[in-house]
Amino acid sequence: MSERGAKIREISERLLKEGKIDMVIGFRKGTLPMMNEPCLVKSPEDVKNLVWDSNCGINLAKYLIGRKEKIGVVAKGCDSRNIVTHLIENKIKRDQLFIIGVPCEGMIDRRKIASMFEKEIKEVAEEKNKIIVRGSGFEKILEKSEVLQKNCAICIHRNPVIYDELAADIVKEQKNVDRYKDVRQIESMPPEEKRDYFNDLLSPCIRCYACRNACPLCYCPTCFVDESRPQWVGKGIDLTDIKTFHFLRAYHCAGRCTDCGACERACPLGIDVRAFTMKLEKDCFELYGWEAGMSKDERPPLDTYRPDDPNDFFK
Amino acid sequence: MGFSINNQQSTINNPKWEPKIVAFLCNWCSYGAADLAGISRLQYPPNIRVIRVPCTGRMSPKFILSAFMNGADGVWVSGCHPGDCHYLEGNYYARRKLSLFKGLMEHMGIESDRLHFSWISSAEGTKFAEMANKVTKAVRDAGPANYFAKKISILKTKVA
Repeated sequence: MSERGAKIREISERLLKEGKIDMVIGFRKGTLPMMNEPCLVKSPEDVKNLVWDSNCGINLAKYLIGRKEKIGVVAKGCDSRNIVTHLIENKIKRDQLFIIGVPCEGMIDRRKIASMFEKEIKEVAEEKNKIIVRGSGFEKILEKSEVLQKNCAICIHRNPVIYDELAADIVKEQKNVDRYKDVRQIESMPPEEKRDYFNDLLSPCIRCYACRNACPLCYCPTCFVDESRPQWVGKGIDLTDIKTFHFLRAYHCAGRCTDCGACERACPLGIDVRAFTMKLEKDCFELYGWEAGMSKDERPPLDTYRPDDPNDFFK
Repeated sequence: MGFSINNQQSTINNPKWEPKIVAFLCNWCSYGAADLAGISRLQYPPNIRVIRVPCTGRMSPKFILSAFMNGADGVWVSGCHPGDCHYLEGNYYARRKLSLFKGLMEHMGIESDRLHFSWISSAEGTKFAEMANKVTKAVRDAGPANYFAKKISILKTKVA
């Protein structure tokens, strides 16, 4: 068991026994390799289910929305930033939470690893910076840094920004990361090419809404896709509707998205849905100097303004 | 939907093609400017369909996407000059909202000539007419925006 996992269990057990919290939201081992699942632990006996490894990519802030209990939540860098966003948006109160911060060294991309092998992967273990993949009749050791999720590879906030107790020492943040390389590449295309790019990108989409459901920012009582009078976006798999859906989904996350990668991870067809959110993240950063979820005391960019905001394209 | 435009026959090869532009005008300024332009007998092209909004702060990306989906070739949003909002700060919020919106729209491949934004006070009838000319020209040059309109297969049964 990993050191972090042991520490998470220790903290959780202590808090549950002391009665400081009603439950812990963390990860347990999934039924498939590289697929940990979120779990709620309510009694000290069940603490043994909690784990921590490089497959904890799901964003646990999603499970805090509107809860009334006192909750211990396991939070890596991006989760903690989404918790801050929830605090700003009054989705949960700070005194309801005991945040178990986990400095994170990136999560591994299960699709990338699966695509490297022809046979089925039966087991994935890890040791330091190596990922050991085993199946029937083969075993291979991979460098973790080469199989990171795309958003983790460019992450610059690996340490939790808000926490009550840490499960490990602070890790070194990545420096000199070019976060917007992919965005700039699309931006440099002429309009027709961009359209083709996004048409290709979205053609596999089956409108399952997994990206929406995995996103910690999506909690509207009625989602715009379910609005029927007026109906802003059709229900079918017409390409215009698909594009409109992804456009609006991303736009709802403008200035709130922490690039946790939960949407992309959840997509059953492996669509790079971050292509939309990253553009907005870039614009928020470049126009308003904003990074989501870094401070509780600052209003998000669409909830505030400056009289001298960029005004170039208004004639 | 208040209007629906069948854009399927309109191609660049069609010499009769006229651009369809949806203009979202703020009730307190640009809408008044349109009025003033009319009263002053200023000439501007009839390609603009005006939708009156209470404030540019009311603008939702859904409106603009919906316009394109229903066959508009261009969209123009116009409101009060910064600092002159009837609701004091609506247009400041709108500015941020629309900046991000425009960025993402262009990222997805819409030409910048199809999206226009302006600040026009109710005293600026001339500016309104100028802007209407400019917007129409830009959208005309960009051609029909077929790629964003939703193609609905209409039942082709002939009524005897």
